[in-house]
Amino acid sequence: MATPPPDPPHSDSLTSKAESAPTLQRNRRDSANEKSRRGTEESPLVKWVLISVAMGFSIIFLFVPLVNVFAQALAKGFAYYWNSLGHPDSWAAIRLTLLVAVISVPLNVVFGLAAAWAIAKFEFRGKSLLITLIDLPFSVSPVVAGLMFVVLFGLQGFFGGWLRDHDIKIIFAVPGIVLATTFVTFPFVARELIPVMQSTGSEQEQAALTLGASGWQTFWHVTLPSVKWGLVYGIILCNARAMGEFGAVSVVSGHITGLTDTMPLRIEKLYNEYNAPAAFALASLLALLALLTLALKTFLEWKQKRQHDRAQNH
Amino acid sequence: MSIELRNVSKAFGGVSAVNNVSFSIQDGELIALLGPSGGGKTTVLRMIAGLEMPSSGDVFIRGQRMNDISVQQRNIGFVFQNYALFKNMTVFKNIAFGLKIKKWKRQEIQERITELLELFGLQGLENRYPHQLSGGQRQRVAIARALAPKPSVLLLDEPFGAVDAKIRQELREWLVTLHHELNVTTVFVTHDQEEALEVSDRIVIISGGRLVQIGTPREVYDQPANEFVARFIGVMNVLETEVREGLARVGELEFPAPDQPNGQKMRIGFRPYAVQVSSDLTAFRYHAVLRRTFFLGVLLRLELELPSGLIVRTRMTKEEYSVQGLEDGKEVSFQIRQFRVLATETATLLPESDVEYQPPPVLGENI
Repeated sequence: MATPPPDPPHSDSLTSKAESAPTLQRNRRDSANEKSRRGTEESPLVKWVLISVAMGFSIIFLFVPLVNVFAQALAKGFAYYWNSLGHPDSWAAIRLTLLVAVISVPLNVVFGLAAAWAIAKFEFRGKSLLITLIDLPFSVSPVVAGLMFVVLFGLQGFFGGWLRDHDIKIIFAVPGIVLATTFVTFPFVARELIPVMQSTGSEQEQAALTLGASGWQTFWHVTLPSVKWGLVYGIILCNARAMGEFGAVSVVSGHITGLTDTMPLRIEKLYNEYNAPAAFALASLLALLALLTLALKTFLEWKQKRQHDRAQNH
Repeated sequence: MSIELRNVSKAFGGVSAVNNVSFSIQDGELIALLGPSGGGKTTVLRMIAGLEMPSSGDVFIRGQRMNDISVQQRNIGFVFQNYALFKNMTVFKNIAFGLKIKKWKRQEIQERITELLELFGLQGLENRYPHQLSGGQRQRVAIARALAPKPSVLLLDEPFGAVDAKIRQELREWLVTLHHELNVTTVFVTHDQEEALEVSDRIVIISGGRLVQIGTPREVYDQPANEFVARFIGVMNVLETEVREGLARVGELEFPAPDQPNGQKMRIGFRPYAVQVSSDLTAFRYHAVLRRTFFLGVLLRLELELPSGLIVRTRMTKEEYSVQGLEDGKEVSFQIRQFRVLATETATLLPESDVEYQPPPVLGENI
């Protein structure tokens, strides 16, 4: 048997290898980072062309017309502006719009929570059908949506006879407007909530249950706070659409001045009567609501981001 | 008797997840539910908690049948794999949640939480949100939250799965200490045999929805019920042999198999530590080439290749390796001090006599 060669320092060489490995890795990662940064960046020309196109488009098609609305509204001075807003028929339209929003938004909040919950937390047959149905109002033209309700509840419609016998008016009345608005704004809350709830999962709720919480306590203390921002965001979008909806409401409303005219319908009517300043006055109010909504939305996004950043820094 | 399962089965939509499992846990025990992923161990844990209801069979906690008792009323503490802390609540509110639900007085809640924060080393973090905590801190908050309402049992689902290796080791030791201090009956799920061996009083091995073995870490390591357990708990060399003239043979290796007919096939298993290696070629009966050395830290893993091509795995400390002057490619001699006859993987419990270690064969005689 051959005598073994002098003992090589196994352990030492292994240790030094292990120690040097991270350094090598780090160097490699750094150089990879630099390379990828250079590789993904576009040339300055492409960058500025894209920015100018986007900016120019937004200014010409969005910003200028919006400013013009306010300019036109104030064309005949503040007094005229106030007067046209205070006109009883315009005032009635504003009130009706708010009423419709106050009814249809909460309805869709309840529905949206239920639908999002069902889709995010349960597995059931017909789940994909439900998701498709929620999206339906997005894909159906609002006019068609309005006509659907006329076919259902109009005098010649399926339930027309029964409704007339019981003296219930839906089409050409406030209930029809509420129905049409609710239909059109149906997806907003659910669509915002589904991804939030899906990403949250159901473990927090299960944890609450193991700690003795009832279903209602779990919903109130755990589920609702965790989807808070998604819900607020959905409500804002839903509300904006509820107030601004024209097509579907136009079909079912009947355009009875002072009774079934919402703000968008009233604006159209004033405009067709060549009362442009009054039309623009009301339009500016609607635009203001939209701007407020956007500002609120931006504020919430900013707040959420700040919370997130603070979390990252800790 | 703290927890008892009697013939518990669970099927999800016709697919059996847990099949006729029975075992019982004493008061104050620390139990590991060990098994491969998807083997049904988490389902067993969730059935104890009441998060799943058994399809058949009974679950008892402290002698009370739990089948119709909801999770809220079972008085258990459950720690989820990803902790499931309430994201929108501070550490304080997380831990206080169960106490508020149970309508503890404000003063009592304050006292209990102060006590828990201290016990869990979480002082000064009570106003942090979960996303402001490290993985280890999150886990301690999750356990504190589960323990706050003084549950009769603590159930943990893969408690060390979501933290990195170093913290995992600390948490294991900490869990053992905590269990000694509180002495609350604890059941945790793990797929890591090392974790189960290190932490638990007893191990319940579950595979394919069935209970395979229950015993102390020592029992399941030294007397595995079948080949599955033997291979799952620790490393094992497994050889297919054939009996000739009272010896089970494969390649150069021979194991005593008295009273076995010629031609009988036998599966032989032995642990790496049962293999003794020497650089002195006259020391032991078998000769092999040290094919490869794996560095694991204090221990090294050695792969020996016999002339016939058989591979034998063994372990050795760093020091011994140096003293012996070993290196890859070197010729060595070795012997196998202990071995066992294995059944096939699907077989049920072996008779006691087979499970016992055979006395070490006197291999030196033949040289």
